[in-house]
Amino acid sequence: MSTTYLEAIRQGLWEEMERDPNVFLLGEDIGVYGGAFKVTAGFFEHFGEKRVVDTPISEAAIVGASIGAGLMGLRPVAEMQFADFISCGFDQIVNFAAKCRYRWGASVPMVVRAPSGGGIHGGPYHSQNPEMWFVRTPGLKVVAPATAYDAKGLIKSAIRDNDPVIYFEHKGLYRRIKEDLPAEEYTVPIGLAKVVREGRDLSIITYGAMVWVALEAAEKLSAEGASVEVVDLRTLLPLDRETVCASVKKTSKALLLHEDTRTGGMAGELAASISESVFDYLDAPILRVTAPDTPVPYSPPLEDAFLPNAEKVVEKARWLLRY
Amino acid sequence: MSAIRAFPPLSSDRAGGQAELAHTCLYYMALMRELEDRIERKLYRQGKIVGGVYVGRGQEAIPVGTALLAGEDDVLLPAHRDMAAFLIRGIPAGRILAQYMGRVDGPTRGREGNMHMGDMKLNLVSIISALAATVPVAAGCALALRYQGKNGVAFSYFGDGATSRGDWHEGVNFASVQKLPVVFICNNNQYAYSTPLSAQMACANVADRGPAYNMPAEIVDGNDVFAVHAATQRAVAHARAGLGPYLLECKTFRMTGHSAHDAAHYVPSGMFDEWGKLDPITRCEARMLEEGWAGAGEFEHLRAAIRQEVDDAVAWAEKSPYPDPATLLDDVYESPQ
Repeated sequence: MSTTYLEAIRQGLWEEMERDPNVFLLGEDIGVYGGAFKVTAGFFEHFGEKRVVDTPISEAAIVGASIGAGLMGLRPVAEMQFADFISCGFDQIVNFAAKCRYRWGASVPMVVRAPSGGGIHGGPYHSQNPEMWFVRTPGLKVVAPATAYDAKGLIKSAIRDNDPVIYFEHKGLYRRIKEDLPAEEYTVPIGLAKVVREGRDLSIITYGAMVWVALEAAEKLSAEGASVEVVDLRTLLPLDRETVCASVKKTSKALLLHEDTRTGGMAGELAASISESVFDYLDAPILRVTAPDTPVPYSPPLEDAFLPNAEKVVEKARWLLRY
Repeated sequence: MSAIRAFPPLSSDRAGGQAELAHTCLYYMALMRELEDRIERKLYRQGKIVGGVYVGRGQEAIPVGTALLAGEDDVLLPAHRDMAAFLIRGIPAGRILAQYMGRVDGPTRGREGNMHMGDMKLNLVSIISALAATVPVAAGCALALRYQGKNGVAFSYFGDGATSRGDWHEGVNFASVQKLPVVFICNNNQYAYSTPLSAQMACANVADRGPAYNMPAEIVDGNDVFAVHAATQRAVAHARAGLGPYLLECKTFRMTGHSAHDAAHYVPSGMFDEWGKLDPITRCEARMLEEGWAGAGEFEHLRAAIRQEVDDAVAWAEKSPYPDPATLLDDVYESPQ
């Protein structure tokens, strides 16, 4: 039976809660209501109020309490109702959780789930991709699965990890994609990218919902005779530079794609890493396709113009392939 | 130096208990005073302490009167003027000095300075510089204690200024809604850096914030270690009974500037003199003489012993090496990335 991305996250959470009594959930409207997106529907009834904690609208308290519980040996999984609200708990994440181990040797096993991304006409406060605020914070791990398989495998790994993990789940993928998942238990290791389509002429390096945009573009380009490789980062911190550079070394051309805005986005870090490691193998400039440096607009024509899509990717890729 | 002091089992119920408690309180207050004097007035001026120095001179009764009541299952989250809480919990003076000097034998191995330290083996959580950030963390520790079926309480320490921050209100609200076992301990020393209380909050007392959270709040003479101890007993009993958090506002005065570089010219003249008369150590000694818990000669003897203890601790800390720069990248994550 095919499993949606949302159902995969549910399954991962459920299995980990069944496996380890120290795992518990906290967040706004996650219990009785089952969560704004229903990721935790049924959990309250099954696991009870001790392990599924409905909190006040209070992101600093949600994250701070997760840190305290994690320090004490529990494994909290906090839900931000939307990734956009994670800024309300920012200090707790970047100054408290991220630095405990380095400063005083304390483990903070904690997962913060952050439903992110646009394309749902959510406007400026229900559509953002704030991953880079955390990617440049040493001590955190940041993951952003693109598939149902990885969504389940990575939430399980994140829960078992002894460092704080920010888990970006793309809202646009929740019910849009599905696949058959293995019946047996599995995890996906944090820190490993994956080549999701092999190719020879050009590497598209991306993550999250944009993996599907990259695959659509690769398919169109294939009809034009181009062989395009697609690398799904899966984990943004620590970054798997090895897999990225190996791909670029093979294809000699790199197109970097993300839904996040341009300046200070992941593409900049990838471009620098590629230049440092495999510059001699490049046959063309490194190009980026990203959202522009604006807030995420609400109205459909504006949001469509804001978001990267397969057409924008194909256009840049054609230029690179001709170069 | 590595030996961990046992938590002193204190009970004021048994015969002689009050005298024993008084001696223990006096010892920790005097040790904190001597250590901080040495740090601020000697080692800092000698350039042996490379970073900031924030002392709790005049406030010693608060960490001492509270932390002595913490049992093994309790969790402490001391703030930057609560050095005695670390001493009571078992961090030796030498390691605190090594921390200040950036040496490898400080609890953070040179990664942090001053009172920014913790050790989960001792249920001690480190503060961060953004004060009040530990308040929701304290709520989380208390949530974990309840979750784990332990009867422990979280001791959450902060100053008056911290109660202006959103984290403070979010943490206190969450603890109240969840009826978590937290004792919130405010040292109201009347200044947050240079900002007086009147510019910090519109209510007269930090305790006035309690009713908004349906949380009992008590105003305590923060310069009377026995009053602090007695109030903490009430607060801890309330929290342990599952009745939710309890706020103690310990009124005191910061007998220094914000830090060693701050001469505190903004403090109206006379305030230091006025509060100096209420010094918690002098008052403790006076009470001990009055009650017959100590003889007059004992205090000079104690002070000499403490001076010697601090001399030894300084010598030990100065022998501790600086951290090896090769360890710079260690411990960002559990396993090297």
